Amino acid sequence: MAVQSAQSLSQRVGWPGQGVHRVPYRVYTDPEIYAAEQHRLFRGPVWNFLGMASEVPAAGDYVTRHIGDTPVVMVRDQDGGINVLVNRCGHRGNLVCTRTSGRAEHLTCVYHNWLYDLKGNLTSVAFRRGVAGKGGMPDDFDMAGHGMPRLRTATFHDLVFATFSDEVAPLSDYLGAEMRANIERVVGRRMCLLGTHAQYMPNNWKLYMENVRDSYHASLLHMFQAAFRINRLTMDGGVRLSDGGWHHISYSKEATDRQGDETYGGKKLRAMDQGFELADPSLIARWQEYPCGTTLAIQSIFPNFIVQQIYNSIALRLCVPKGPENCELMWWVLGCEDDTEAQRQIRIVQSNMIGPAGLISMEDGVVGGWVQRATRNDGDETTVLEMGGRDVAPSEGSRATEVSIRGFWNGWRSLMAV
Amino acid sequence: MDAESARRHIEELIHDYAHCIDDDRLEAWPDFFTDECLYRVISRQDYERGLPVGVMTCTSRGMLQDRILSLRSANIYEPHVYRHLISAIRVRGETDGIWSVQTGYAVIRTMQTGDVSIFSTGKYLDRIVRVGDALRFKERTVVFDSRRVHTLMVIPI
Repeated sequence: MAVQSAQSLSQRVGWPGQGVHRVPYRVYTDPEIYAAEQHRLFRGPVWNFLGMASEVPAAGDYVTRHIGDTPVVMVRDQDGGINVLVNRCGHRGNLVCTRTSGRAEHLTCVYHNWLYDLKGNLTSVAFRRGVAGKGGMPDDFDMAGHGMPRLRTATFHDLVFATFSDEVAPLSDYLGAEMRANIERVVGRRMCLLGTHAQYMPNNWKLYMENVRDSYHASLLHMFQAAFRINRLTMDGGVRLSDGGWHHISYSKEATDRQGDETYGGKKLRAMDQGFELADPSLIARWQEYPCGTTLAIQSIFPNFIVQQIYNSIALRLCVPKGPENCELMWWVLGCEDDTEAQRQIRIVQSNMIGPAGLISMEDGVVGGWVQRATRNDGDETTVLEMGGRDVAPSEGSRATEVSIRGFWNGWRSLMAV
Repeated sequence: MDAESARRHIEELIHDYAHCIDDDRLEAWPDFFTDECLYRVISRQDYERGLPVGVMTCTSRGMLQDRILSLRSANIYEPHVYRHLISAIRVRGETDGIWSVQTGYAVIRTMQTGDVSIFSTGKYLDRIVRVGDALRFKERTVVFDSRRVHTLMVIPI
């Protein structure tokens, strides 16, 4: 689909005036807006999360991923560097790596046996000189101009990012000091993979990114937490934002919980009425892992990457768009190399809280689909994002705010030029 | 119990388990397990890589009960039912009173809207023991074939 001019895309989106406290429902369904996102956003001046460097430990190890809809390969070369290449042969456009992971000396397109080195350079073309002096490529065919496109790549604490943009600031500046500090706190150690999830959801990818930035819903939609007082808005906490609100951290510290049943609209929450107790409390066993006392921190890096700490449950998530009305949430569930056996077991059991069957997180898989269904035919209507005001400014001491969702739309509007 | 009798009882256990879930008698589901047990649901990819974390990991019968209590009282999801198709039950052998059994399954999910889909296919890897007159799962590992779970998994497989 052709990339629209800024003006016609603006008209298409129909953003209602200035600000980011109203979002037209059309952005969740429209194929042209979706197509524009692929170019302006995912191929625009952002750093896209790919995976962990430790997923490709040795030369030739690769995994296939997506940046937006674009298939890419993350591969380690013989020099120890990590390259992110568009997974497409320079000849006829075939997928080069057709397995989701593997190890290879070269990347080979099976269609006509064109070979690439691990940096994406085209090194060999089958029958380049023809057969018995006949056929073959023209003498002036330039091998150098037909490699697999190699993206700008950067890593931070084993996390690999890549960008199509020459203009975007270095990764370190893109993240900023505060965002870097939280990533460092949560995964800046020798981490190990405990498991993965892939959750396919029937909603636009932005509905999930709004959900993950929505600190207001956590104790209202997710009753499991509320019932066991795992997360309460009355706990000390707040929302940190990067400049412009593109990235966010929502955090809380449970030890300072103040009783606040009255703040929930004067009545007890659904699950509290039940007053149930766990038959096996080891489900929520935990230890104080961080000196700062943070018990929960959800961080999003624009556009679609998430770093999660829920007690001792550590995970990375990437929300990959799959057309206007679907997305796939990839999870990396992590532990530390230095964990004791008891700590490792606690992390494994706590993982029941997260993922597609997560006692806390499962509702996030369904609520986006409900919004999708309810808004599909009303593209001109808008969402309301006024909790905590209409601006984009950090919110200390309160998570009863939608400020980080507004921050997301600030970034989205800026890149989409609408 | 001779081998033939054991095989018959094991097959009954596995079929009863499926009916229990499909008939929405979920409060009875934990009773298919021993007090100390392992129930986990994990993707084939992660199982083959030897990773410990699955979609669900319950390490006691109490934890299974908590899953059901949460499903009934706390979790929000769109009403749906399962239909298990059980196939190819194979008793692999018995050591020290523990039978190792492998079974194929498919779970078809029907939503309240009427949408019907194949939700999960895979295999059960069971370790089954005798408790009094009955057989119980000491361990039930559900290895599902797909990488993906569609929307969410709240009802056990």
